[in-house]
Amino acid sequence: MENNQIDSKVSETIRPTITAKVEIPLQRSKLHTEDLQVDKMVKSESGLETRNVHAWFDKHHALADISLHFPKNTVTGLIGPSGCGKSTFLRLLNRMHEFIPRAAMAGEVLYAGNDIYDPGVNPIDIRRRIGMVFQKPNPFPAMNIGENVVAGLKLSRVKTSNKEALIEECLTRAGLWKEVKDRLGSAGGSLSGGQQQRLCIARALALNPEVLLLDEPCSALDPGSTLRVEETIVQLSATMTIIVVTHNMQQAARVSDYCAFFLSDGGPGQLVEADLTTNIFSHPSDTRTADYVQGRFG
Amino acid sequence: MSVVIETMPPVPTQPWRNSKAQGMRNFLAIVLALICGGVINRVTGLSGFLGLFVGTAFLFPVFVAFANINRGANVVVDRIASAVIAVAFIAVTIPWLSIFITVFRKGSEAFHSSYLTDDMRITPSGDDLQYGGIAHAIVGTMLMVLVATVISVPFGIIAAIYIVEVKGRFASLIRFLVQAMSGVPSIVAGLFVYSTVVTFFGGFSAWAGAIALSILMLPTVARTSEEVLKLVSVDLRTSSSALGATQARTVFTIVIPTVASGLITAAVLGVARVVGETAPLILTSSYFVATSRNLNEPIASLPIYIFSSLGLGDQNATARAWGGAMVLLGLVFFLFLLTRLFSSRIKRK
Repeated sequence: MENNQIDSKVSETIRPTITAKVEIPLQRSKLHTEDLQVDKMVKSESGLETRNVHAWFDKHHALADISLHFPKNTVTGLIGPSGCGKSTFLRLLNRMHEFIPRAAMAGEVLYAGNDIYDPGVNPIDIRRRIGMVFQKPNPFPAMNIGENVVAGLKLSRVKTSNKEALIEECLTRAGLWKEVKDRLGSAGGSLSGGQQQRLCIARALALNPEVLLLDEPCSALDPGSTLRVEETIVQLSATMTIIVVTHNMQQAARVSDYCAFFLSDGGPGQLVEADLTTNIFSHPSDTRTADYVQGRFG
Repeated sequence: MSVVIETMPPVPTQPWRNSKAQGMRNFLAIVLALICGGVINRVTGLSGFLGLFVGTAFLFPVFVAFANINRGANVVVDRIASAVIAVAFIAVTIPWLSIFITVFRKGSEAFHSSYLTDDMRITPSGDDLQYGGIAHAIVGTMLMVLVATVISVPFGIIAAIYIVEVKGRFASLIRFLVQAMSGVPSIVAGLFVYSTVVTFFGGFSAWAGAIALSILMLPTVARTSEEVLKLVSVDLRTSSSALGATQARTVFTIVIPTVASGLITAAVLGVARVVGETAPLILTSSYFVATSRNLNEPIASLPIYIFSSLGLGDQNATARAWGGAMVLLGLVFFLFLLTRLFSSRIKRK
């Protein structure tokens, strides 16, 4: 693991203290796999998994001991108040965390049975297979709508035999095709915010990822656009594993199969509970979860 | 029982605009300031056009303040500030216009039908103005600036990419060096090239001139490109990385196309910086009276053409120098126009 620690000094000095600092008794989630001994081949069939993942920003311990399993072709909602490390966790899942200077991590992120933080793994490859959509829609300004969709191919020098068909397929899957099919040549910035966000989803889909990470994809959108994006998420989940960070409880209830509740008590963010979404919203096992989903805090 | 209400169509008004009376008072303030300025111009030592302007400039804000005195302190202060800014704007425009008009008035004397296509190969500088021309200087300047651009624009942009995108270990050192380089006096750049290129190859040449110009151009291009690249939002780079792009692909496919017009502007600013440089060219490319495209030989250039013509003291030679100044100004203007068109076309795409 030494190779994966960006700043090993930080990890060494911080790590002994974290176990002492943890005051919230960690709720072992039902979703989170107890069967850690399961053969790695079995894991490869079963989506994405994190084992005892921690994250640091310089000396700041942002995320402690997250173990979660995201089954293949399901939607998992990550919920929790601001600053509890949801986005940090999401960025750990496709190796975007390391772009932040002085960031560090510990633990394992298993994808297709292999730790994506193994020294031999190419992060570029991981990011192609685990797509990501951000909070603020940001089509590339120098490209038109069609070019934006296939930007990922251009960026990773992948050749396609039929670009037009791919553009149509991705835009259709993102639920945007009907609205933009006559104006593929106009600038991405000319679309409304909701359309731009679906364009960004289409852009991520063009690389045909197996996992899609969405970081508050609807927080900048109006209710109508939000609904469209949610429909898109549900449709996509038939063929890919989706993990979505959201502050909107109704949204988590509407789109997700599983929910994971993160919380920080001033220290590092921790996983309080993870379960089927219906359980989280009807009878959560932790009172803090119940308080949060019913809007009593956060 | 019904009440008949006569509905009048609403009249569009702009209550936030000055009333007619107020506009009249403001206009009066300008006229009064001009009249008083004229009186001062007559009775004191502040004579001539500039004297009239100075007198009016100081009185105008005062009269404007009086014209608005019934509208409260905020409005008065606002009007005074606006008046001062207007006066300042005119004050900066006067020298600019003066240069422009003078150069074109005096320069057009030397202008004739084949002025841009003839050179001074068989014409002495003091000869009648209908003989000879400036083609050799235009060609020389264009050639050297072109070579200098080809050298310094790629290096400048690469330096900016290193500072902004790569953020390498030496980024701050490079930035410091570029800043220091932009302070190098042009004559020193010329001396440097003289002591290296000119002495090494044993003579003045267009190459040496172009290298001297590129030394002066590089910091301008690098610093402007750096500022332009900083404008690209981090979100775009992050999104690109999330699509599995390497840093190099992100820079060349996303960042540079996004700010292409800004980078072109950086190149133009670099050209504008060096196109009128005289001192380094005296020491590097020297001067040649015939049109030449040979980069290994001395070559003419517009600034040196102006400089050498002025040095003769002959009336016709001086007129030729003004002609050269006009062409140089026109050339810069033309280059700016060309790049404006070019970058707006890129933006529209």
